Amino acid sequence: MLESGARLGPVEVAYETYGTLNDDRSNAVFICHALTGDAHAAGHHGDPDRRGWWDNLIGPGRPVDTDRFFVVCANLLGGCQGTTGPSSVDPSTGRPYGLTFPLFTVRDLVEVHRALLAHLGVDHLAAAIGGSLGGMQVLQWVIDHPGEIDAALVICSSSRLSAQNIAFSAVAREAIMRDPDFQAGDYYGSGRAPDTGLSIARMMAHITYLSEESMREKFGRRLQHGDAPHFDFSVDFQVESYLQHQGESFLKRFDANTYLYMTRVMDYFDAFADPAEVGACLEGTPTRFLVVSFDSDWRFDTEHSREIVRQLQGWRVPVTFRDIESPWGHDSFLLDIPEYHRTVEAFLARTADDRGI
Amino acid sequence: MALRPDLDVVAAMVPRGSRVLDLGCGDGVLLDHLIRQKECAGAGVEISDEGFHACVARGVPVVVADIDQGLGDVDDDAYDVVILSQTLQATHRPALVLHEMMRVGHVGIVSFPNFGFWRLRWSLAARGRMPTSRSLPYRWYDTPNIHLCTIRDFETLLEHEDLMTIRRVLLDERGRPLEGARLRRPNLLAAGAVYLVGRSFP
Repeated sequence: MLESGARLGPVEVAYETYGTLNDDRSNAVFICHALTGDAHAAGHHGDPDRRGWWDNLIGPGRPVDTDRFFVVCANLLGGCQGTTGPSSVDPSTGRPYGLTFPLFTVRDLVEVHRALLAHLGVDHLAAAIGGSLGGMQVLQWVIDHPGEIDAALVICSSSRLSAQNIAFSAVAREAIMRDPDFQAGDYYGSGRAPDTGLSIARMMAHITYLSEESMREKFGRRLQHGDAPHFDFSVDFQVESYLQHQGESFLKRFDANTYLYMTRVMDYFDAFADPAEVGACLEGTPTRFLVVSFDSDWRFDTEHSREIVRQLQGWRVPVTFRDIESPWGHDSFLLDIPEYHRTVEAFLARTADDRGI
Repeated sequence: MALRPDLDVVAAMVPRGSRVLDLGCGDGVLLDHLIRQKECAGAGVEISDEGFHACVARGVPVVVADIDQGLGDVDDDAYDVVILSQTLQATHRPALVLHEMMRVGHVGIVSFPNFGFWRLRWSLAARGRMPTSRSLPYRWYDTPNIHLCTIRDFETLLEHEDLMTIRRVLLDERGRPLEGARLRRPNLLAAGAVYLVGRSFP
């Protein structure tokens, strides 16, 4: 049963774990992935070049130390990397759901995570960690189930999107839905898919993940071939080639309908919408928060994090907050930035020490 | 572990179970004490990397911010007690910081070194050099203490800001409460002071 009242099932969840669950089941850490992530957060499956998306953070001796913690990462509900989503087959029709897949919320994402943990025999988390949409899940988790998590790490996230954020999502969805191959979301098995729309959505999103400074440094106005511009509409600047590559490689691993659903989940998220409800849950919660933002992130700028801090502090929730210097924009949360990793490591080490892990 | 004597004086002014904001909380040792020993809901504000990491290692909630920019994120009356321990003299805008702390807190606790202390006066008068002391160990060109004041100066500022002294504890050179006859000439004989401050305005 979803928050909207719609029913969905059965739900299959793709997940990975790293490290070992200790005897008193107190060392579990859940990793909540962002918009386009998947369950493969760390390590590799035989090919050392295909490491998990957060491999620099998670592993033996890393800030999320798998010698100490039992780490779980699952593909989100509505995803396209193994967990039930719009591209999965609806058992009642025998055909992929497409747009008949019910709309869901961040709260629903969290409930699926909890069902997975129950399956693994875990009812308490030493920590939940997420960046961007991942941070939203962590925040919602603590609000809905205070006391279930010792340390909540919310990285470059938001308690609710701004008009500008929603505008970017809207244009991305328009690009997908106006693609003639979209076929009202029922494109599976037709031999056609809204690849043009999806890659345009990805290209635009990618611009918002980088900062002006990092783009200038990475590409400047450099040309693809030689010194002379072609003076036509081909891919001439390096930045164009980069975006095109990002858009195209995205098609291999992502489903357009999932992109629609996930961006919509973020649009509707509003963690502190109902102060009475939130207050009753958060007041006196033992969960300690670490909120981190990056000073060049303009997708979810520092003000989004400050608002989370302000709200949490208003409910007497212990919050540690830092805006970290980084030129890499929203993408910073995926990068090995020493001050950032040092902070995460120290925060988790303290949590582990307090819990005797 | 025992607190530094002047921090002990500050801690004694904080009611059990109150919500506390410590501005310039440094390594978080005072907040740690208040959270663990006095069941306070505490938060620190600190600008330095060392202070931030020390607080994280201690498990003390801390927000990195520059208090000279005001406390714009914090609502009026959000805290029972706001502490400014050995920090006022290092701020760029002491009056603004004082004003902000009394906006967000019901009462404030301010501790600072007294620049009117006789040793410092003597050092300047006799040697003609900027004084250094146990609580002011820096040389003039590398000191973070850019807005030093005397007890009299501070009380004038309180009056100017419509604030009142609820309680005052004078300190000796080791930060312990001053006793005996020396209490009669505080501006000359106290090495420092801790003030519990309230609002005169409604």
